[in-house]
Formats: sequence, structure tokens, C-alpha cells
Amino acid sequence: MLTDPLVIAGHSFSSRLFLGTGKFSSSTVMKEAIAASGSEMVTVALRRVNLDNPEDDIMAALDRDRCLFLPNTSGARTAEEAIRLAHLARAASGSSWLKLEVTPDPRTLLPDPIETLKATEELAREGFIVLPYMNADPILALRLQDAGAAAVMPLGAPIGTNQGILTVFQIEIIIDQARVPVVVDAGIGAPSHAAFAMELGADAVLVNTAISVAGDPVAMARAFAQAVEAGRTAFIAGMGSRGKQAQASSPLTGTLAADLGFLA
Amino acid sequence: MFSLPDFQTLAQTVQNPTNSDVERALAARHPSLHDLAALISPAAESFLPEMARRSALITARRFGKTTQLYAPIYLSNFCTNRCAYCGFAANNRIARRALSFDEAEAEAEILSSRGFRHILLVSGEAEQVVDVEYLETIARRLRDKFAAVSIEVQPLSTADYTRLFRAGITAVAVYQETYDPELYRQVHLSGKKTDYHYRLETPARAAAAGMREVGIGALLGLNDWRAEGLAIGLHLAWLRKNFWSTAFTVSFPRLRPAAGAFQPLVVVSEKNLSQLIFALRIFDPDVGLLLSTREEARYRDGMLGLGPTRYSAGSCTAPGGYANPGETDGEQFSVGDERTMEEVSAAIIAKGFDPVSKDWDSAFQGTNV
Repeated sequence: MLTDPLVIAGHSFSSRLFLGTGKFSSSTVMKEAIAASGSEMVTVALRRVNLDNPEDDIMAALDRDRCLFLPNTSGARTAEEAIRLAHLARAASGSSWLKLEVTPDPRTLLPDPIETLKATEELAREGFIVLPYMNADPILALRLQDAGAAAVMPLGAPIGTNQGILTVFQIEIIIDQARVPVVVDAGIGAPSHAAFAMELGADAVLVNTAISVAGDPVAMARAFAQAVEAGRTAFIAGMGSRGKQAQASSPLTGTLAADLGFLA
Repeated sequence: MFSLPDFQTLAQTVQNPTNSDVERALAARHPSLHDLAALISPAAESFLPEMARRSALITARRFGKTTQLYAPIYLSNFCTNRCAYCGFAANNRIARRALSFDEAEAEAEILSSRGFRHILLVSGEAEQVVDVEYLETIARRLRDKFAAVSIEVQPLSTADYTRLFRAGITAVAVYQETYDPELYRQVHLSGKKTDYHYRLETPARAAAAGMREVGIGALLGLNDWRAEGLAIGLHLAWLRKNFWSTAFTVSFPRLRPAAGAFQPLVVVSEKNLSQLIFALRIFDPDVGLLLSTREEARYRDGMLGLGPTRYSAGSCTAPGGYANPGETDGEQFSVGDERTMEEVSAAIIAKGFDPVSKDWDSAFQGTNV
């Protein structure tokens, strides 16, 4: 089978499942879940870690040879705060990768489009590899891409809700239009949701709550890996279109096609 | 401006709901204040196991398998108020003390070495001892040692809260004690705290000043806890509407034995407290719920994961208590859970949860303001 790597900012990923590190019962469980998921991109909230401390539980549990460390600005309410955190993260980790989250409403944690765009413009100008978390707004995706985002991360549903891809109509437009990779982030509550996003043509998905709060997070991480792979394979294989009327699975035209040549 | 309905109306409202009201509240996608009243009502007592399950599920989804830890630093027990229930009341003969900046920093160092990254600065109300400048100086001295520094001190003006926010204070807690204006008058005998409305409007002033988080609550044991619970819900809902970018928390301080021989006016049992916690969690899935060392270890362990999201640990309630562990005669109340941070963390881990000491960063507020 042909390899099908995902490339973001020149970096190649063989897994299309990204993981969040919040809400786990321990850093040991988190570490095992990451390993079981096969993920090569793991995001960590800067508010939760102490990058200056090499013994920080979360940082110590990450295998940074296998996984790209993607710090995020979770908790930032404004572009200014997010930019400040980005500078600290780069100074402490030496990496320019950043998952940009600007979520002024602590209830829904929905991203602020205006502040997110402002921060993306500034951080991209400063050489950061910015992956902004955004509402599933197709025009905003294009604006962020033009501002220098390395990928866009539209939400399927509000973070932590496990509601699945409620924004399917907008996500399809974003996938259709975007030049940069589209990573569906937030709301993915079950492996079937992840498979569905991949079948739509998403380049990757990011999952956190559905794995960390599962009864068995390690087994659930494995299930998500399988679902993402199945969804991706289905997308590449070419999904059949949906119809209301029954279609025979061995249609008569199948035999005619060879004879007529031009139908093949 | 926030205003409450007549308190007697609230007290009546929480008595009326029937079993079917409770069932409807438990099935609601977005529980209303009527649903909250049903969940707090006597009728909901027979639904407690179901409420606990629902509350635990919501808490896990929103906060994960984690419990945050913090510790208080008592800066001063001088107080110009006479509150009938409080150990710091001006007329109580206790050893009075206010920490110098160096002493406060020494207390902070002890907590830092024990692994705390979130601290709460507490003091009595005595402006000639602890004023905004004092708090501002301490905030600037502590901000780089901690991820978050909160205050539970006298109510301040919006301008003063702004000043403290810029100095590095992250959050403000101010409890109404009782939302019943009549009872409030009876238990607040003298001092600035006698102004019910100024206190009631304090959370809004703190939020308006840009504080990241504002904590509200009522002292349980003064009054009908169901009516107080509904008042908390009304206050929380109003604050949410008016300050949509502020995070809110609710505390449930139950009256503990304190100097002055004040006994709780009503008994609020652990079962009652649990019902109130579950009800507020179901009503507001995102609110932080605090369970302090006022409660006993057995109860706190039992409630892990069922709704509360934040525990204090290893707390001393007397100024200088960490550096001088023997001196307890200046304390506000005696704690119910005397375990150390390590012991509380071990209990949290044993329950399958992650004890989280850092969930904020002083960088959010800048460093050179």
C-alpha cells in the first residue's frame, strides 16, 4: 500500500490522530494511551506544565523522539495573552510549533475569531508554526490560511462535549476550499465520529476527552487509531454517494461496461 | 445591578417541587433555575443516587479525572467587624497578628516547597493593617513563585481590584455568608461588613476589574440551606450573563467550631451538603466547586469525582501557621481534614484521579505591568 503521510509545515506524520493530554487520571495512563494511539502529535496546555522543570510529570511522560510536542495556549482570552504564552513556550522548549487557542468564554470554550486571527497574523510573522483552533467558519479558515496558519483546526462541536461532528456542512466546505491541512478538533466523542471526519476528507483529527475520560483510555486510544485509519482509507478509496433508492450491488451495467468500452 | 427576589419567596420556592419536577430537572438538557429549585428541594432527596451519578458524569466530562489542589495563607487575623459566627470577630480575645512581607513570603516558600502552585491569600477586614498597597506588594513578591494567587479579603472597589489584577492577583473569593438580608443584619453586628448590598455587589466589581475567576458562596449553618442554594444559583446565573468571560466558582463553607462559642443556627448534614453540590453541578456544568479542609477527610474522599473540582490541603487558618505549626489560638476555625498535601494527593490518586497542582500560569497576566 502506498504511504499516505500528512505533511504540515514540511513535517511528515504517518499517524493522522493527534492527542490532547488533559483530563487523564495520571501521567502514566496518558503515556500508555499516547503509545497505543500511535499518535505523532501531542498537544499540551502551557497552563498545566512547567517547561522550566525537567521533572514536570506531563513533560517527562512525553516521548519527544516519537511525538511532536505541540504546546497550546488554552486559557488565553485575548491575542495578547496567547502571544505572550507563545513566546514563553518557544523560549523554554526551543520549538516554534503552537496550537493557538483563544477562548474568552470559560463555559463553552469557543474560540474568538477576531482575536485568533490577530494572534495568527502576528505569530506567523514571527516565524511560529501556527495551528489555530477555530469555529467551523469557512471564510475564517481562508482568512487564517492567508494570515499564515500552517493548518486549520475547525471544531466538530464545543470542546469536551463528545457530540460528534455537528458542523458537518461547514467542515465539508472548509475541506473543499482550504489549501492547508484541515484537522478536526473538539467534539469528537467516539471512534465513529473520528472515522466520519476522516471519510469527509479531513487531514487529521484531534481527540482528548473521549480518550482520557473513557473507562479504559488505552483501549479507547487504540480504537481511535483504528477508526482514523479506516476513515482515511475509505476517503482515499472513494466513498459511494448516498441515495434514497436501492442500488443493486451487482448492476447489469457491470457486464455491459466492458463491451461498450467507453463506460469503463 | 444584581437583586434577589424576597428571601421568603425563595424559601417557599425550594419547598414546592414534586417528584415529577425533579424527574423533569434530571432530564433537562439545559436545566433552568426552576430545575435547580427542584434539585435542591426536599422531594429530590430520594433521587440523591441518581443526582450523584449525573453530577459525576458531567464533572468528568468537563474537568476530567482530575482534582485541583490549593492552600490558603492567612495574612492577618485583625478584624474590625463583629460577625457572630467568626473566630476573627473584633470582640474575640485571640492572639492577633499580621504577617510582615518577609513573613508572608516565608509562609509562601513553605507551601511552594510542599508542591503548591495555587495559593489563596486570606485576611480579616482591617484596612489599617491589610490595605490594597499591602496586598499589591505581596502579590508582586509572590507572583513568580506561583501559577495563581487568589485573595479572600475585605470587599474592594473595582479600581482596587484592577490594581491587584495588574499586580498578579488572579482570582477573588467573596462569600455573601447569607443571602437573607434580615438574617444578615442579625449576624453582622458591627463594622463595614454590615452593608449587605456592598458585599452582594462585590463579585460583579471583581469581574468588571478583569479578574479571571470569581468565587461566591454562603456560609452553611446560618439558615435554610435550600433557600441559600437557590440564591447562589440566581447570583451565579446573573454573573454568567453579565460577565461572560469570567470563570466562576462556588464554595460550601459549613460552620465549624470556632472561638466565641457560636453554634450553627441550623444543622446542615453531609447529605444536605452533597445534595446542594450535585444540584449546582447539574445546573451549571462549568462552575468550579470547592470543598475545603473544613470538611473531614472521610467525607472529602467520598465526594472525590462526584462534583467538587478543587480541594484545599494541609491548611493552617492562623497567620504564620505554616512556619509555627504549634500556634493555633489565632486561627479562624479548626480544620476537619488535617492531612498533608501528600496524604490528600495519595487519596486522590487512590480514587483514580490526578491531583493537579498547576492549572494556570502567571504569564497570562504579563510580568512587567
